[in-house]
Amino acid sequence: MTAPLSGSVSSPVARMTPGPAPGTSADPPPRFEGCRLGTLRKGQRAVVTGLDESAVATPLPPGELERRMIEMGLIEGARVEILHEGFPGSDPLAVRIDDHTLALRRAEAHAVLVALG
Amino acid sequence: MSDSAVLAAPISGPVPRIALVGNPNCGKTALFNALTGARQKVANYPGVTVERKVGELLSPAGARVQLIDLPGTYSLRARSPDEEVTRDVVLGRFEHESPPDVMVCVADATNLRLHLRLVLELKKLGRPIILALNMMDVAEARGCRVDASALSAALGVPVVPTVAIKRTGVVGLLDQIDRSMMVMAGDGPPAPCGWSEPSARDLRAYHQEVEAVLAAALRDAGKPSLATQRIDAALLHPAIGLPFLFLVLFLMFQAVFAWAALPMDMIDGALGWVQAAAGAALPDGMLKSLITDGIIAGVGSVVIFLPQILVLFLFILILESTGYMARAAFLLDRLMGGVGLHGRAFIPLLSSFACAVPGIMAARTIENRADRLATIMIAPLMTCSARLPVYTLIIAAFVPERTVAGGMIGLQGLVMFTLYAAGILSALAVAFVLKRTIFKGAREPLLMELPAYRLPSPRDILIGLLERARIFLARAGTVIFAIMILLWFLGTFPGAPDGATGPAIDYSFAGMLGHALAPLLAPIGFTWQIAIALVPGMAAREVAVAALGTVYALSETGDALSGSLSGVLAADWSLPTALSLLAWFVFAPQCVSTLSVVKRETNSWFWMLVMIAYMTLLAYGAAFVTFRLSSALLGG
Repeated sequence: MTAPLSGSVSSPVARMTPGPAPGTSADPPPRFEGCRLGTLRKGQRAVVTGLDESAVATPLPPGELERRMIEMGLIEGARVEILHEGFPGSDPLAVRIDDHTLALRRAEAHAVLVALG
Repeated sequence: MSDSAVLAAPISGPVPRIALVGNPNCGKTALFNALTGARQKVANYPGVTVERKVGELLSPAGARVQLIDLPGTYSLRARSPDEEVTRDVVLGRFEHESPPDVMVCVADATNLRLHLRLVLELKKLGRPIILALNMMDVAEARGCRVDASALSAALGVPVVPTVAIKRTGVVGLLDQIDRSMMVMAGDGPPAPCGWSEPSARDLRAYHQEVEAVLAAALRDAGKPSLATQRIDAALLHPAIGLPFLFLVLFLMFQAVFAWAALPMDMIDGALGWVQAAAGAALPDGMLKSLITDGIIAGVGSVVIFLPQILVLFLFILILESTGYMARAAFLLDRLMGGVGLHGRAFIPLLSSFACAVPGIMAARTIENRADRLATIMIAPLMTCSARLPVYTLIIAAFVPERTVAGGMIGLQGLVMFTLYAAGILSALAVAFVLKRTIFKGAREPLLMELPAYRLPSPRDILIGLLERARIFLARAGTVIFAIMILLWFLGTFPGAPDGATGPAIDYSFAGMLGHALAPLLAPIGFTWQIAIALVPGMAAREVAVAALGTVYALSETGDALSGSLSGVLAADWSLPTALSLLAWFVFAPQCVSTLSVVKRETNSWFWMLVMIAYMTLLAYGAAFVTFRLSSALLGG
């Protein structure tokens, strides 16, 4: 498993990589016009399309939030559904991810790009 | 294989070591219990899986094997001190420990997508692994069908299906351990370790490999737990969730009083009988005084609180093993965020209600140092069970045993609840100040699994309770025992001079110490007896009660001894003094074990000294205000 990953998991946004994202125009911060997990409401379902931690203020070193999210199952292709919202402020979220349920705050959920469906 | 045979077996050569590794919530601790039964040793104080637990067992082939239960982790890429333990043990980075010979990786069969990645990481270590496919019963009930042999072929490791809480599959697992050890012995030195910290790219690659394995081995994914969804719909409901959580906590504290009353009366009766019997059997003199006034009165007044501590732990164990504890953290994250705390701080803080030591150790699961320090600093403000004896004693002496609100709520329980609430509120206030001054910065992200609800296994709860009882009694039998003897000595020597009018303890070393401290504590209404009791109370808070017992036993003359301690106190103290002492103990300058664990966990004298200073200040201030206010109101 040390073999380099064949470019199958191309996320629609560049992660912490500098320079223009492949396949997009030359503007450096790649724009993502889709939806973020943090904007969903209870009952909505979606599929994860990518991770973009640059949108989130975090005390973690760069790349760490992304790795933790992958470890908790938030990875491209994962099916998600907002099961519950906390109180007050509808925060944090309880999100079903494939077979398990994860609690996370809206603030960090903004790092997860999703396509509704 | 009987327990005694296992324990009596002679040690010959190095015993093979087997480590249990797995994600949190995979049933690892239950499997550990199923494999070792009660033959387990917990180093120091146990949090659920915070400390390393070691047990021994005999494999079917007759080999003596040492089993290590490691803290749950999602990855070897350790993010918290707790997970570092797991990483360092499996990588063999601990100085005096060789890496485990065989690793048993425990995975929840209903949640393989999440749990298998750790197996792939462990495989890189190049050491023998066995995959225990746990919770097979739950998987079947949900229509989830896993082909164990296909899984084994796809992963390249032996797979044994288990149901840890019903002890199913344990024999198969033991057989496999034997086989793996035999293969290992034939293989010669293990392959070199090929693990390195995975990048996001590596993690995605692991994940793809998991998907490939699942495609080969997962016949039917099944449905998510419907029961869990329905329960959560109620318990995580914005309007129901928090009131329900507070109801649970309220019932817990009521039960601590109600359920423990009968066994406590029985222990009290038994102690009285032993004391009387010892008093009758022994000739008058120093030895009799030491045994009845020193040892039995002192240690006995602590042992009597065992039932209450067990009731408290019973609730904590049930909340943990059902999966509700994670929900509590979910429900409180936003509220605790208001004072800058992480939702995950709830678990260390709730554990601190039992004892601050495991609570502070459980803070290891908080990755961020500032969040973790803030949690550690306020953990001792949670009312630990060692304060319970002090509260119970004073409440029994000064609060009438009656009900309020139409017979629904016991007044004594209500006062107790108020004291706990005072501790919690002051902890939140301190956290609020800390997070706005010393520990500034963004909160650590919350990424916490909400496991499916599970019925706890009575056997696992019982093993957990036995462990706590053992630790508590060991303390009563060692530290407290020694302090009681020292205290008896200080309270007895030097004896009263001829023609003395006061009780003998007035003239003793303890009396001198108490009288010396008394002026300092007089403004908050403490008597010199309390002043004496506070000194050993530093060793452990519950010792303060034992010390009061000893001091009063020694200062009473003749037949006054027969009255219970609370009766003596009710006659001796004013109500403001009692209230002041209660206020003092809400903040109670911490016990030595708490301070030493703070020193160890923060690796700094500074934080320990900060803790002593701020808690002593709060305790003195609160006691002063309480004493002055209640004196003025009650006309005392």
